[in-house]
Amino acid sequence: MIALDVITATLVAATPLVYAATGEVVTERAGVLNLGIEGTMYGGAFVGFVVAGSAHSAWVGLLAAALVGVLAGALMGLLTVTIGVNQHVAGIGTTLLLISASDFVNRLRYGGGSLKHVPKFGLLFKDVPVASQYLLTYIAFLGVVPVAWWILQRSGIGLRIRATGENPEAADVAGINVAATRFGALMAGSALMAIGGAFLSLAILGTFTLNITAGRGWVAIALVIFARWRVGAAMFGALLFAGTDALQLQLAITTAFADVPRELMIALPYLVVIVALAISGRNVAYPGAYLKPYRRS
Amino acid sequence: MIRLVQRGREPRWLVPVLAFAVLLVTYVLTAAMIRGAGANPLAVYQRYLITPLGTKTSVGEVLLVATPLMFTGLSVAIAFRAGFYNIGAEGQFLAGAVAATFVGITFKELAAPVAIPLVFAAGAAGGAAWVVVPALLRARFRIDEVVTTLLLNPVALLSVQGLLNGPWRNRKTHFPESEKIGAGYVLPHVIPNTRVHLGFAVAVAIAIVMWVVVGRTPIGLRLRAVGLAPAAARFNGVQVERTLLGAALVSGAIAGLGGASQVAGLQGQLTGEISAGFGYTGIVVATLAALSSYGVVLVAAVLADILVGAESTSRALQLPPQMGQVVTATVLLVTVSVSVLRRYRLRFALPRMRPR
Repeated sequence: MIALDVITATLVAATPLVYAATGEVVTERAGVLNLGIEGTMYGGAFVGFVVAGSAHSAWVGLLAAALVGVLAGALMGLLTVTIGVNQHVAGIGTTLLLISASDFVNRLRYGGGSLKHVPKFGLLFKDVPVASQYLLTYIAFLGVVPVAWWILQRSGIGLRIRATGENPEAADVAGINVAATRFGALMAGSALMAIGGAFLSLAILGTFTLNITAGRGWVAIALVIFARWRVGAAMFGALLFAGTDALQLQLAITTAFADVPRELMIALPYLVVIVALAISGRNVAYPGAYLKPYRRS
Repeated sequence: MIRLVQRGREPRWLVPVLAFAVLLVTYVLTAAMIRGAGANPLAVYQRYLITPLGTKTSVGEVLLVATPLMFTGLSVAIAFRAGFYNIGAEGQFLAGAVAATFVGITFKELAAPVAIPLVFAAGAAGGAAWVVVPALLRARFRIDEVVTTLLLNPVALLSVQGLLNGPWRNRKTHFPESEKIGAGYVLPHVIPNTRVHLGFAVAVAIAIVMWVVVGRTPIGLRLRAVGLAPAAARFNGVQVERTLLGAALVSGAIAGLGGASQVAGLQGQLTGEISAGFGYTGIVVATLAALSSYGVVLVAAVLADILVGAESTSRALQLPPQMGQVVTATVLLVTVSVSVLRRYRLRFALPRMRPR
């Protein structure tokens, strides 16, 4: 039974990472490192929560979160594609802006602290072990990952995205609109990140708390490199992180690990990702135009 | 149609005009939010920028808040100079705070002449230790330091919380906070009648040393060469990996000194709120300062002015203090956007017909 519990918990905890990492694969394949991911998830979690509360519907909240993601992607596009500023700085700035703006509105509306509960998503197949999951989890593993793989690897749009990220000069000569492709990738990818964030507030917690993302965006960035920009491999990375997370929760309630401080156990999955990166991330080939703005000269 | 066209020489009037543009755009963007929250933007900005400079005590508060930002700003600046994208100053700051607290509560009886150097040394060692793994992974195996330094930030915060909820929990108050550090460790105040402490003087001293070393010595030249053109630096006999490693360790050490300064200079103990995102704000500080060390001192003071103002305004006008962070992030994004115009100029033109 414990094993089944761990698997169930793993799938739940992996879901936001699958959305976020898939979104990041899309933007990085187009040549843009989106460090705005942490703020985009945070903003998605917050706006999803607020709108779900006022509209009395978790789905409307999710839609609003996706819209926040599109806007965050457009902001990153304006900064890194149109204006061409340093991607690290643009991303950190976007993250700081979205987190502080969310906390500002949170404090203004609810006086900060922990908030009231809102309509959250329900579980499918209630009493069935493992299969009892949120619909969004099914969509993540059975919809988003295969569709994103197909679009990136098999469709014309994917070819244009990859061409833009590998060699924008050649893509431009071939008639691809580099700026529009990067904008599109950023908006679509960021929408996925925001949905991942909203999953935290609307499915897992059913409320919004300060620091709700707790560095999950950074984990997603690491998973993308670990996965070498492949959607499927990123999904396995998410399962690795979430599995460690679920396992530490189970270990914490067994007596043998009762003396280990909780927080050190929570830190374990972050360390596992660093170790995985240290083993598999040596001398990886980044997308050709990674971090480089493109201007016709 | 607006296009960006590369500029030849930068005209002299440009920088003041762009600086004005940054202020105007930031004001317009944030004023909308302030108005939406039901406050008057002009009154708010007056409280953010002018009011904190009104009395000696409040100027002292600004310098007090500027102190950790100077440490993290300098930490980020030196790392970025060498092309080591250390986004982990937050974690290194916390590690420094933990190390400083450790010596402060373990060797409680030490007298100030020994204790104060020891607490700073511990902070520097803690901060440097927190960056060793990302630095080695980057220098040896070219593993992206952005990701590894970022991931260690939540680990550092969790470690602090773990210590405070576990072995270091205060036995008297039962709060998740450490006991007070020994009296010998408490940093003396450097400006009378304010809370400005020795940490501020140390930060200024580091800024001066960095300004000399980076700008005027062969070490600084190698550092900048590695950051700007690693291949060319290697070709000219610079040991790129060693320089990178050195810059990373110094960067971590400076951030760690900031943590020690905050523990010994202000809080007197370790708490879960020892860092209010200082590491991330340090990236803002270093970027706005264009990585120059005296720039870091100035920018840290300006941001501290805004943050102190935001804190006091929240009490007076019911405007949440997070507005200070919103302004900071907006200034950052607007500044980096507008400074592109130093290298490119705008050309307005009708879209050309494409030959078919």
